[in-house]
Amino acid sequence: MTFVSTTPLPVTSAPQTLAQKILARAAGRPSVTPGEIVVCRVDLALMHDSGGPRRVKPMLERLGAKVWDPDRIVLVTDHYLPEHDDESRRILRTAREWAREAGVRRFYDGIGICHVVLPEMGHLRPGMFAVGGDSHSPTGGAFGAYMFGIGATEMLGVLVTGDIWVRVPQTLNVEWGGRLAEGTCAKDMMLALCARLGLDGAEYQALQYTGEAVSALPMQERMTLCNMAPEVGAQTGIIAADQTTLAWLESAGVAGVEASPWQGDAGAPLGAHYRFDASSLAPHVAAPHSPANAAPVERHAGQRIDIAYIGACTGAKLEDLRMAARVLKGRRAAANVRLVVAPASRRDQQIAQAEGTLGALMDGGASLLPNACGICAGYGENRLTENEVAITTTARNFKGRMGAASSRVYLASPYTVAASAVAGRICDPREML
Amino acid sequence: VFGDNIDTDVLAPGQYMKFGIEELSRHCLESVEPRFAKEVRSGDLVVGRRNFGAGSSREQAPEALKHLGVAALIAESFAGLFYRNTINLGLPAIVCGEARRIRAGDQLRVDAGAGRIDNLSTGETLACEPIPAHLLELLADGGLLPHLEKRLAREREGR
Repeated sequence: MTFVSTTPLPVTSAPQTLAQKILARAAGRPSVTPGEIVVCRVDLALMHDSGGPRRVKPMLERLGAKVWDPDRIVLVTDHYLPEHDDESRRILRTAREWAREAGVRRFYDGIGICHVVLPEMGHLRPGMFAVGGDSHSPTGGAFGAYMFGIGATEMLGVLVTGDIWVRVPQTLNVEWGGRLAEGTCAKDMMLALCARLGLDGAEYQALQYTGEAVSALPMQERMTLCNMAPEVGAQTGIIAADQTTLAWLESAGVAGVEASPWQGDAGAPLGAHYRFDASSLAPHVAAPHSPANAAPVERHAGQRIDIAYIGACTGAKLEDLRMAARVLKGRRAAANVRLVVAPASRRDQQIAQAEGTLGALMDGGASLLPNACGICAGYGENRLTENEVAITTTARNFKGRMGAASSRVYLASPYTVAASAVAGRICDPREML
Repeated sequence: VFGDNIDTDVLAPGQYMKFGIEELSRHCLESVEPRFAKEVRSGDLVVGRRNFGAGSSREQAPEALKHLGVAALIAESFAGLFYRNTINLGLPAIVCGEARRIRAGDQLRVDAGAGRIDNLSTGETLACEPIPAHLLELLADGGLLPHLEKRLAREREGR
């Protein structure tokens, strides 16, 4: 396995944040300073069918170049599944052919969304420096890695050279004290952060999530925190590894990992320190057309909805499905609401099925979509139609993103989406728990 | 001239992402300005306010603007990922804190290296953040792909 990145850290004088330590190691430097531009060696590059081979293959051919290390590349198909027309079939075929040609053995075809499949297959570990050809790539930060999204041409640069430039970010500490109350979760924490910081408040710096409420979260909930870091304009979100991380990695077949080298130093200078109290957090809902339009659910309670969507890397992992099932158990979606569930990975769906979670959703009237990005990015045939009102567990509700420009999307947690499906209008899930 | 938070979903709508840039660029910005793709001319400058390019990593967002002939983007701030993509495609992205002073139809002269915009219509000069040297080099080469082409050619010659 070439993905180990636990070179002992040289002793440095000035205290460094976790983000700085990872960047310094990847840049081959004893330390780095926020604001300076460094060139880092990439430990892992994640691609999907949309921004991946269909875009980089022609450019690699133009350069006559080979990939720097096929064993550091993970390719996952998720955007154009199911293949419903000639264009999507062509895009998927390109991905499959390229994986073979380039010798990419870590190729996962149709088993789930890339950000969820990547850790599931044991490819992430603390201290890694990784890039992904998708804006939600910071999801990997939940495992103590520095991971961020890049475009296809920049991915080409990585594939050819194995390195990439980074302006060392400030670390912004997002500290959640207290414990989450019943009916609230990581999604509510992020919507509250979006309301506080706005879409660009993090200015492309690195968020580090800390505090009692974060430590108490299971891994997939931590992934939701990191997944939505781009929604406040951060380059990435990161959570230092702890026992929860190590236990999860071990279950994914990654053994012998140490968390201790990959912690920030006490007293390392921060760009900002935001404090929140999890115990007083209410379920949040973001109104169209921005995640920053988030407010406590009571603000939008009563809003009629046409579709309730539980999907995407942000909101259809096993933990998300469990939350929705807790609300839906013994209840049904309202007659005029379409409840749609697209589990984020095949593995999560199988576990949900075995434990009865999926059954509760299906008995509640859910229709099932494949383990792929589904409606979230508005790519496939299940797009929102004219004037449709949706409440979704996804990350973004920009105008027209999930379908017609006249459609309207409210973002919320799996609890709130499930409760709203039952009520036929936006509703506080705490009434049903 | 556009407002805050012009996002990648309006620049490159998901529905058309499966097509090539020719078709996709026809729908660039259509949900906020339906006439944009038809009326934009080669050499035009697109001006935004805060957080231009918010959202996705899809580089078809800046690519569509480039394909339509847009010569440079000017905004008070850019989303970080979009900024990288724009420069990588060889399209200058100019951070100008005073972008709000620009009106639709103004004639501008942009010096990306020096970090200044001359508004020929009003006679104003607007200060901009200079583009870092390593990115100016990318822009001079026409983007990351031609830059890599040059670099690989040099390495092959060096052998």
